[in-house]
Amino acid sequence: MKKHLVLTFIFFAACVMASAAQQAPAQQNASAQQQQNAPQGNAANGRKLFVSFGCYQCHGYEAQGGSAGARLAPRPIPYAQLLKYVRHPTGEMPPFTEKVVKDSELTDIYAFLRAQPPAPDVDKIPLLKQ
Amino acid sequence: MPKNGSVDRRNFLKSAAVTGAAIVGSAAASEAQNAPPAPAAAAPGTAPIAPRETDPSLEADTVTTDRPGGDFMVDVLKSLNLEYVAANPGSSFRGIHESIINYGGNSAPEFITCCHEESSVAIAHAYSKVEGKPMAVLVHGTVGLQHASMAMYNAYCDRVPIIVMAGNTLDATMRRPGVEWNHSVQDAAAMVRDFTKWDDLPWSLPHFAESAVRAYKISMTPPMMPVMLVLDGGLQEDPISDEVKGRLRIPKLTLTTPPQGDAGAVAEAARLLVNAQNPVIIADRLARTPAGMAHLIELAEVLQAPVIDQGGRMNFPSHHALNLSNGGRALLGNADVILGLELADFWGTVDSFRDSLIRSSRPITKPGTKLISITAGDLYMKSNYQDFQRYPEVDIAMAADAEATLPALIEAVKRAMTGDKKTAFEARGKRYSEQHGNALDRTRSDAAVAWDASPVSTARLTAELYNVIRNEDWALVSASGNTSNWEKRLWKFDKHYQWLGGSGGAGVGYGAPAAVGGALANKKHGRISVAIQGDGDFMYAPGVWWTAAHHKLPLLAVMHNNRAYHQEVMHVQRMGNRHNRGITRAHIGTTLEDPFINYAQIVKGMGVYSEGPISNPNDLGPALARALAVVKKGEPALVDVVTQPR
Repeated sequence: MKKHLVLTFIFFAACVMASAAQQAPAQQNASAQQQQNAPQGNAANGRKLFVSFGCYQCHGYEAQGGSAGARLAPRPIPYAQLLKYVRHPTGEMPPFTEKVVKDSELTDIYAFLRAQPPAPDVDKIPLLKQ
Repeated sequence: MPKNGSVDRRNFLKSAAVTGAAIVGSAAASEAQNAPPAPAAAAPGTAPIAPRETDPSLEADTVTTDRPGGDFMVDVLKSLNLEYVAANPGSSFRGIHESIINYGGNSAPEFITCCHEESSVAIAHAYSKVEGKPMAVLVHGTVGLQHASMAMYNAYCDRVPIIVMAGNTLDATMRRPGVEWNHSVQDAAAMVRDFTKWDDLPWSLPHFAESAVRAYKISMTPPMMPVMLVLDGGLQEDPISDEVKGRLRIPKLTLTTPPQGDAGAVAEAARLLVNAQNPVIIADRLARTPAGMAHLIELAEVLQAPVIDQGGRMNFPSHHALNLSNGGRALLGNADVILGLELADFWGTVDSFRDSLIRSSRPITKPGTKLISITAGDLYMKSNYQDFQRYPEVDIAMAADAEATLPALIEAVKRAMTGDKKTAFEARGKRYSEQHGNALDRTRSDAAVAWDASPVSTARLTAELYNVIRNEDWALVSASGNTSNWEKRLWKFDKHYQWLGGSGGAGVGYGAPAAVGGALANKKHGRISVAIQGDGDFMYAPGVWWTAAHHKLPLLAVMHNNRAYHQEVMHVQRMGNRHNRGITRAHIGTTLEDPFINYAQIVKGMGVYSEGPISNPNDLGPALARALAVVKKGEPALVDVVTQPR
């Protein structure tokens, strides 16, 4: 079961990460606009909630993603899309109902995701050029 | 019966069976003559009753022997060229232990001192994958085998040959009172028979010779698996009698030729592959030897077909233009023919499974996709343990060793090729090469995210480790815990020994001893063995780090210390959410906190150079460089790094 889950996670994560990375510029601009339209939240509290609700377990403390969960930041998906997915995930992510995470708390988490700084330029990291 | 009158338990038993009276040596015979005349007077059909005093006499005048049975056992082990025997010492195999270190000169096999039988087996497991031949393990009767059993199950699932030998004392009347009874068993192999390929209980030294050679041969026949021999204490310790001396010989070992796929099935597979628009090759436990990797490269290049390496062995170079291991799902969804080579789970490869309140699954492949399987796994299967996975509905199933079958398949593909196909294949290859390059670029961009984070990102961890070893002759011998596969995505793997695959049965506790076993095998080749060590795995049997220090193994280990049994955190989290109770208590029973474990301090106490715990990513590179300097002197080193979960 464990190996199967891991493989499924890998497939899922690779799929989501690849689709995020392959977004066309126009789509990225649309996403940026949608991000701006998201309800304002408290990023500092969002970071705390990201840990206490265990989001980091699959997505990493910085929401960078990994084999168990997709990269969520920087440049998160639109808030409405995130909210919908968290409530009714279609992949391996467990559902977070309102009983577990309130909308207002998700707003803070989203603010944290939006506040994450962009990744450094790969070309300026010698270890990633080998 | 030995002429010198020393105690030979086997001849004693034979005498008892023939005469109905246990009389060994002149002193015993004398005592028997003074005993009541019961045997001769016994009624027909009544077992003769020998007096207790006829047990082997305490007054036997010869109390030593120059040639115990264990010596011959060592001769047999030497004939099989078994380089090492790993063991935690146990009295049930004290006879052969002494023969190995004294009569055998502690060389081929050399005794590798272990602190736990689970470590002994896992060391042999990794060693066998590096060397392509079995390593021997000795375990104590009952309790030692119980300790070893999980690691044996891992090796069974991973299709790895290991020769496990368990001590036992069969003759109940010869057992020392107390502990030796606890460590004796009627059928020692029973508890591991479900996950060993073959076992035997040799009844004589000639029988041992034949069974040891047979065990080696069976373990090395695909599908390769652990085998077991039970060594009676008397057989190890007692003198070799004159009668037996004349019968001692070691049979010739001729390894079985690995079974190849049926010629008709190979031709049909070739036809499907050549005519496919989007064939995909998937390899799991394919490359038993470097030849397997070379064959796969040739097949992929002839077809210009993408390869998904599932990592059960080092099957395909990570930076080869046709390596699209990270493109998995999309590639499979578009495939019209999929060739699976030694897949542990073909069904799970071509189907997705959702672990939700209502479990569901669906195919990843489109309707009509042809599935071709070549696996030795179809040749040998057992019922009780369910490692065989769900039934895959394939179109061609070759019950054969894939590595041995590939040359014939490559030739059949070449024969089926036409000029126009070749042109189309070249265009296809160019497309996949671009995909490979794009995937590598994306991987590097993804690795840059959280580059300076603390705890250290797993991408940074693996990149820093690669930076210090990339100019060495290195081998990643173990990667426990889960680093999101960054090492496979970032490092340039192009040699068969640079990756060994995983544990097989996903039994946690394999990682650390496997690292030691890999380092043991690589030592004579002058390779630097590296390991990414999970913290949960570390804590199962940490005494193996002492083994690494004691035997001076060049091993550079870096801790992926996420302070949890992380997979289990996620499972409990899944349950908490599914049951609408949240995950705020998911850490209970799953994390390694309060107090944090200082791994550097633990191994330091066992003579291993160590640094850490390191939380600042900028401290990691210099620490690894210092540790590598120690390793290059021929010793192990461990750098503890506090990491992101995955």
